[in-house]
Amino acid sequence: MSKKPGFRLLCPMPEMDFDTITMGHGGGGKLTQDLLKKGVFSLLDNDWLREQDDAATLLLNGNVAFSTDSFVVSPVIFPGGTIGDLAVNGTINDLAVSGARPTFLSLSFILEEGLKMDTFWQILVSIREACAEAGVKVVTGDTKVVERGKGDQIFINTTGIGYIREKAKLGVKHIRKGDAIILSGPLAQHGIAIMSKREGLEFETRLESDTRPLHTICNQLVDAFGESVHLMRDPTRGGTATVLHEIAGQSGFGIDIFEKHLPIDNEVDGACEMLGLDPLYVANEGLFIAVVDSSCADQCLEALKKWEFGEQASIIGTVTDEHTRQVVLNSQIGGRRVLPQASGELLPRIC
Amino acid sequence: MNWIPKKRTAESNMKYLSEFRDAALVKTLLRNINKTVTGQWNIMEVCGGQTHGLVRHGILDMLPDKIRMIHGPGCPVCVTPVSLIDKAIELCLEHNVILCSYGDMLRVPGTEMSLQKARAAGGNVRILYSPLEAVDIAKKNPDRQVVFFAVGFETTAPANALSVMQASNLKLTNYSILSAHVMVPPAMEAIMGDKETQVHGFLAAGHVCTVMGLSEYEPLVKRWKMPVVVTGFEPVDLLEGIWLVISQLEKGEYQLQNQYKRVVSNQGNRQAVELVKKVFEYRNRDWRGIGEIPLSGLFLREEFREYDAAMKFKDIKVPEAVETECLSGDIMKGKIKPPECPHFGNKCTPEHPLGAPMVSSEGACAAYYQYKMQS
Repeated sequence: MSKKPGFRLLCPMPEMDFDTITMGHGGGGKLTQDLLKKGVFSLLDNDWLREQDDAATLLLNGNVAFSTDSFVVSPVIFPGGTIGDLAVNGTINDLAVSGARPTFLSLSFILEEGLKMDTFWQILVSIREACAEAGVKVVTGDTKVVERGKGDQIFINTTGIGYIREKAKLGVKHIRKGDAIILSGPLAQHGIAIMSKREGLEFETRLESDTRPLHTICNQLVDAFGESVHLMRDPTRGGTATVLHEIAGQSGFGIDIFEKHLPIDNEVDGACEMLGLDPLYVANEGLFIAVVDSSCADQCLEALKKWEFGEQASIIGTVTDEHTRQVVLNSQIGGRRVLPQASGELLPRIC
Repeated sequence: MNWIPKKRTAESNMKYLSEFRDAALVKTLLRNINKTVTGQWNIMEVCGGQTHGLVRHGILDMLPDKIRMIHGPGCPVCVTPVSLIDKAIELCLEHNVILCSYGDMLRVPGTEMSLQKARAAGGNVRILYSPLEAVDIAKKNPDRQVVFFAVGFETTAPANALSVMQASNLKLTNYSILSAHVMVPPAMEAIMGDKETQVHGFLAAGHVCTVMGLSEYEPLVKRWKMPVVVTGFEPVDLLEGIWLVISQLEKGEYQLQNQYKRVVSNQGNRQAVELVKKVFEYRNRDWRGIGEIPLSGLFLREEFREYDAAMKFKDIKVPEAVETECLSGDIMKGKIKPPECPHFGNKCTPEHPLGAPMVSSEGACAAYYQYKMQS
C-alpha cells in the first residue's frame, strides 16, 4: 500500500544551516533549538509540545495501557515506509493488541553525526503522517547525537499511552481449548521488503512493508466481540511462529497450525525460498494474531475481511490440550512437524 | 549484486514449488511406495537440504516402517575441519583480516570459539551471499587483506573459482580464499566401501549434479552395485526418488537414475566445471567427524597460490584441537540417529552446539531438533 506522496510536497524542508546532523545538534544549545523549532515542533505541533516544558502534563481517567519500543531498522528508508512511521505504528500496535486506543506518544531520537538533513526530514514527515493517520499526539521527546560510527544513522524510541476499551478482556489466562487462531493478513511482507534493499542482497520486487496502525480494527473487534476475543498479539520481530510459541508457552496449551491456511503473497514465498528463510519467522509490522472463542471465530473473520487490509485474513489454527506448549504445523502434504523456536539471527543458507 | 537474473522475480519462482508440493501427487507416490516395498531397506539421502526437506514436510513419519532413511554427510559446514575454523578466527582477530563467510559458518564451534563470538570480540567478520562481493570488498579496501571462507560442495565451487579469476584479472593482491571445499562422490564411495555400512541405496544430491552432471556416479553404481537416484528437494521429488530406489532394490537392480531432470542434465554445467578445474585440483581432505577421504577436497592450483589463504597465512598457528564429545561422525555415516546421541537436546542444542550438525541449516541434528515431534 503506497503512502500518499502528495503529503510530502506540502512539507518542504525548511532552510537549515547544515545539510547534515552535527554533534552540535545534540548539544542542547542554539543548534538543537533550531533543529527542534524548524523541524520537530513545526511538523508535530500540538498544545503539549507548544508548552515546551520538561514533561508533558496529562490528565488520565480510566484504565490505560502503557508500552515502549525502540527502532533500529536498516535501511532507514525502505519500500513502504521509514524508521519514522515504523516507530509510531510499532508502539501504537502494541497498545492496540492490548485492547487500547492509542492517545499519547513520546518520541526520542538518537542521531548519528553525519545523518543527512533531508533524510531526517523525510523521517519526520513520515512520523507526522503516521500520527495524523492514527490520531495520536507526540507530547514529549528528546534528541541526542552520537559521534559518527557510534550509531547507524538514526535510532528512535517511542513510548505510548492508550485507554483500554471498556469491553476488552484480553490475556493468556482467557485462552481455552478449541479457540480459533486468526491471522489478520499475509505473512512476512515487512521483513522481505527490508531484505530486498539490504546491501549485497538486493533483488527485484514490488513488495512493500506492511507497516500500518492496527488500533482501529483491533478496537472494532473487542468492541464487537468483547470477552470472546481472548488474546491479541502483533508478530513483529521473530515473526508469527515466535508469537505462537509465546502463546503456547504462556498458556500451557498446544497449538495446531495448518500450512494450507497460511496467507502468503507469492512473491514473498518465492523470495523466502531463494533466501532460505521460513516466512513464519520473518518480521511483520502491520499484522496481528487474534485468539478467539470458537463460537464466534467465523464472525470475527468476517469482520476482519471487511477491513481495508483484511482481505486475506484467515483462521490458521486452533488451541488444543494435546502436545502442550508446542506449536505443530500440519504441512500442506499431510505431514506434521514441530515449529521450532527461532534461535537468534536469521542466517542465509549456502547451498 | 546480480545473482538473480533481472527477469526472474521472486514470484516466477513459485510455480516450480507449488507443483512439487502437491498433496494429491504426494498421496499417489506414497501409495506406490507402499505397494512396491516388501523388504527392509535403508536409503541414504546424501544432501543436508534433502534431510531438511524430509523433516520439514513431515515425510519421515509418512513413510512405511520398512523404509529407513539414513542422513548422509552432505552438510558442508558440518564436515569443515576445526583447524580451518580456528584459522579463520585467528585471521580476523589477530591479523586485521576482513573475514567474509556464508552465514551458516558463523555459529559453528571452533576449538575456543565460533566466528560469531570472534565478531563480538572485535573481529571483522562479514556475512555474504556471494564470494564476488568479497572481491568487491577487497577492491574497496586496498590496505586490508580480505579472505573468503570458501565452504561448500561442488555447488559453491564455481562461484568461488570465479572470485579467484576476478581477483586475478583485477590484479588484486589483498584477496584470497580459505578453501574448505569437499566433493560428494568420494564421500559416497567411502560410505559404499565401508564394511559396516547399512546403506542399500542413495538419493544423490540434486544441486551438486546440476553443476557436475552424472558421469561421476555411473562407475560408483557399477563398482558397488547400489542404486543411486539423483533427487531434488521438494516433497514430490523426495518421494519419487525414494520410490525409484526401492523399485530397483525390490527387483535386485542397481542403476543410476535422474529424478531431478528439470534441473540436472547428463553433462552438467560444463562452463562451471571447466572453471573449477582451472582454479582447483583434487587432494586428500580431512572431513570433520569422519576423517581423511582420498581426493575429496578442492585445493587451489599452484598458479593461483597467491589467492590461497592457507598458503598466504601458512605461518599462523592455531590452537591445538581438543577431543570433542560430538558424535557427528557416527551421525553422518548413518550409524546413529540424532536423538540417539546422549547429548542431543540436553548438552547440545542450537544455542549451545557441541558440534556442527546442530548448527548448520543443513545439519541432521538441527533438523531433528527443530522439526521432529518431541514425544
